[in-house]
Amino acid sequence: MENKTYQASDFKNSQNARWCPGCGDHAILNVLHKAMAELGIAPHDTAVISGIGCSSRLPYYMNTYGMHTIHGRAAAIATGLKTANPRMTVWQISGDGDGLAIGGNHFIHAVRRNVNINMLILNNKIYGLTKGQYSPTSDRGTISKSSPYGTVEDPFIPAELCFGARGNFFARSFDMALDVTREVMVAAARHEGASVVEVLQNCVIFNDGIHRYFADKENRADHTILLRHGEKMLFGANKEKGLVQEGFGLKAVTIGQDGYTIDDVLVHDAHCRENFLQQQLAMMDGHELPLALGVIRDYDAPVYDQEVERQTNEIHAKKGYTGLRDMIMRTHETWEIH
Amino acid sequence: MLQETNVKPIEKVVVRFAGDSGDGMQLAGNIFSNISAEIGDEISTFPDYPAEIRAPQGSLSGVSGYQVSVGKGVHTPGDEADVLVAMNPAALKTNLRYLKRDGIIVCDGDSFTAANLRKAEYKTDDPVKELGIDPRRIMLVPMATLLKGTLADSGLDQKAIMKSKNMLALGVICWLFDRPLESVLKKLHNKFAKKPAVYEANAKVLQAGWDYGHNTHSSMPVYRIDTAQSTPGTYTDVTGNTATAWGLILASEKSGRPLFLGSYPITPATDILHELAKRKDLGVKAVQMEDEIAGICSAIGASYAGHLAVTSTSGPGLALKSEGIGLAVMAELPLVVIDVQRGGPSTGLPTKTEQTDLLQALYGRNGESPVCVVSAVSPTDCFHMAFEAARIAMEHMTPVILLTDAYIANGSSAWRIPEPGDYPEIHPHLLSAERLEQGWLPYDRDENTKARYWALPGMPGAMHRVGGLEKDYKTSVISTNDANHALMVETRREKIARIADDIPEMKPMLDADADTILLGWGGTYGHLLTAATELNAAGKRLAFWQFRYINPLPKNTIETLRRYKRIIVAELNTGMFADYLQMHLPGQEILRINKIEGQPFLVKEIVDGVTKFMED
Repeated sequence: MENKTYQASDFKNSQNARWCPGCGDHAILNVLHKAMAELGIAPHDTAVISGIGCSSRLPYYMNTYGMHTIHGRAAAIATGLKTANPRMTVWQISGDGDGLAIGGNHFIHAVRRNVNINMLILNNKIYGLTKGQYSPTSDRGTISKSSPYGTVEDPFIPAELCFGARGNFFARSFDMALDVTREVMVAAARHEGASVVEVLQNCVIFNDGIHRYFADKENRADHTILLRHGEKMLFGANKEKGLVQEGFGLKAVTIGQDGYTIDDVLVHDAHCRENFLQQQLAMMDGHELPLALGVIRDYDAPVYDQEVERQTNEIHAKKGYTGLRDMIMRTHETWEIH
Repeated sequence: MLQETNVKPIEKVVVRFAGDSGDGMQLAGNIFSNISAEIGDEISTFPDYPAEIRAPQGSLSGVSGYQVSVGKGVHTPGDEADVLVAMNPAALKTNLRYLKRDGIIVCDGDSFTAANLRKAEYKTDDPVKELGIDPRRIMLVPMATLLKGTLADSGLDQKAIMKSKNMLALGVICWLFDRPLESVLKKLHNKFAKKPAVYEANAKVLQAGWDYGHNTHSSMPVYRIDTAQSTPGTYTDVTGNTATAWGLILASEKSGRPLFLGSYPITPATDILHELAKRKDLGVKAVQMEDEIAGICSAIGASYAGHLAVTSTSGPGLALKSEGIGLAVMAELPLVVIDVQRGGPSTGLPTKTEQTDLLQALYGRNGESPVCVVSAVSPTDCFHMAFEAARIAMEHMTPVILLTDAYIANGSSAWRIPEPGDYPEIHPHLLSAERLEQGWLPYDRDENTKARYWALPGMPGAMHRVGGLEKDYKTSVISTNDANHALMVETRREKIARIADDIPEMKPMLDADADTILLGWGGTYGHLLTAATELNAAGKRLAFWQFRYINPLPKNTIETLRRYKRIIVAELNTGMFADYLQMHLPGQEILRINKIEGQPFLVKEIVDGVTKFMED
């Protein structure tokens, strides 16, 4: 990897993005170009792998290596690419359907293995490309074309799934929060291991406004909290509110009220091994407690593709066989026929 | 006892070892075939094991068998055994049907206990009589008694003593076939290098078995097996699955592309994963993924990254991989898919052999999705065809499906380790810096082969996107244009068809000028060749050819087959290859010999089938 300076335009190709006007994907694509420029990794050392769905068209708009693959399988293909060539920086783009329904198995296993890929889950809580069916992240009761009377099943919360699969990196943003999105993308790429980034996004056609309760300008300050490692967990228009621990749970308080002082407010630790508090932060949904944005967990653990390479190289060097024939002659019973 | 057995010098002999899966029959059989190979015999082995890992001891369902044929002109493990080694009454009962009418039985007489007889569902306390066995043909060796006597002072416990029962049986067999004990001892020494006490015990027991045969039946002549004239070289024995793994490794060495296997355990293909996982010592990256789909998808990712990428499976797994193969067809990436066929449909008969995935391999995908399909004809041919599958995949930029089957995958043969120079270099169709400079697009093609160029991530200036959506023939951007789609479908078809220019032609064997030709494909080669050879020897004029390359067929297939008045296809399914051939040979009657019992053909079944057609 080189440290040459790149512009966002170096990662963009000449194709016009064909998503609906107003779709969150446009913003996410632009931010990704910028994040890649900030990272300074060459386009030819970068690969973007997607599955199927609206957001999975994204690789076609990149001037990097890329594959637009089959439904649900992006994580498995990205795992193969990264394991074969750990020097590539590999991004996986999946929607909530592609990544967590048909691709749920690959998602949890890529996270469990801790393969060094950056997994962007673009979550609009709906199937867009098939024109409006509920997804595994749709809230209970969601009315859609395939649930005209409302769903009667509970959704996945991507963070919970990530933690359940023993994930070591989880970050969250939403399509309109451009700076936060860029920040978490860069952090995800810099983290070695599987990095899950959930970007909540709007679908203007089939699920418009689903995120407004926290994403609208007038709601953001009180319904979201941006977490940064080592910083106090403060939110509100004037950072007058904070998160404190109460018993086994979290509580939002106003500083100066009910006896709470700034000293009671928790300091975020993204790097600690124990994920209990991080998981509680990730589960806050923006209603009673603010929705957590930013890097919630960022913990270093052994990386799959690096371990495969290390083990292979070590054993290869230790045995020192010159090739197949040499290996057979030295390890198998052989005999000569004259 | 055996005095009246007419034992004479013979060309080949078949021994079947049968017992509980814990009895070590496979080891005994394996050592017997290897020491025979070392003195120049051809060998062929066939394990027949139950799907259950540890069925109840002594029960009928728990019996596993290991059949070995050694000698001259050995192409199969043999229809029927000359000698059956049965370690308990259950093994005797279930395996008697594999013994020749005048065959000899070596059986553990001490195993005829009331409990064992009950477990094996005997109605009387005399299995020999109950099964109608001529007492002169059975050697009831008091194995437990002999073991205890031999190892009384060894310091080993009862359990450890009984574990060497297989070596006692092997000692008897070595005596019977006049095999030198020295080479057996050498093998045991290697195997138990770190356990000298175990080696000592096994060596003593082996000698005790030999002595028992020698002392109790000294008036009996032993078998003397003719040895074959093999090509000079260094040999080892391999199973088909190991040979498959090794063929891929050689292809990696000859192409300079690192080897990647993405796989998921499935019977009877798992040994390929096992072998390649061990071969980290040769730099192989073999990963066990979370399912069959992830197996092929990780391989597709590795192929895009520039590796010789492989996934290994059996029938149900091939079904799961269909969509992935389609992606590799569309993205035009090299990929080797190995299907070790087993009995189907669905879970079917996981440990038994069949050739019923042929149509799935050829057609089991959505859309017009042609792939190259090849097959291996024997355990050692798995090496050659795995190499070929990899060569075709990388030189023609296509997925290649290699069909083997449970029979050749688990069977073993003596194999000559290729000398350097025996195999050609492979030239992967890589994008060169020169071509890139001249202006390159991802779907630019070689004019002759129609193969696109393999541009490896990391290469500056060659950034490109591939994917499952149809692409423009020239620019490679997404296209739904009608004429373009037709052109791309035709191009992908033509690319596969042109592989025919790069594979050997068919050359009928035996009596090539006969009116009748017997055809097969894949793992039935040994049985078909033996049958065709026997028929010719009996004065029935017959040509024979076994197809390895199935899609495309060898270039001269149609013109060659038009010369024959009678075409007979024998295969282990209801006629899949015959139907496929019929499409290429309209108007020509194709006669069929089929078997769908989960077992290989018997030579006799082919001989009888062909004879019947030739008499009609």
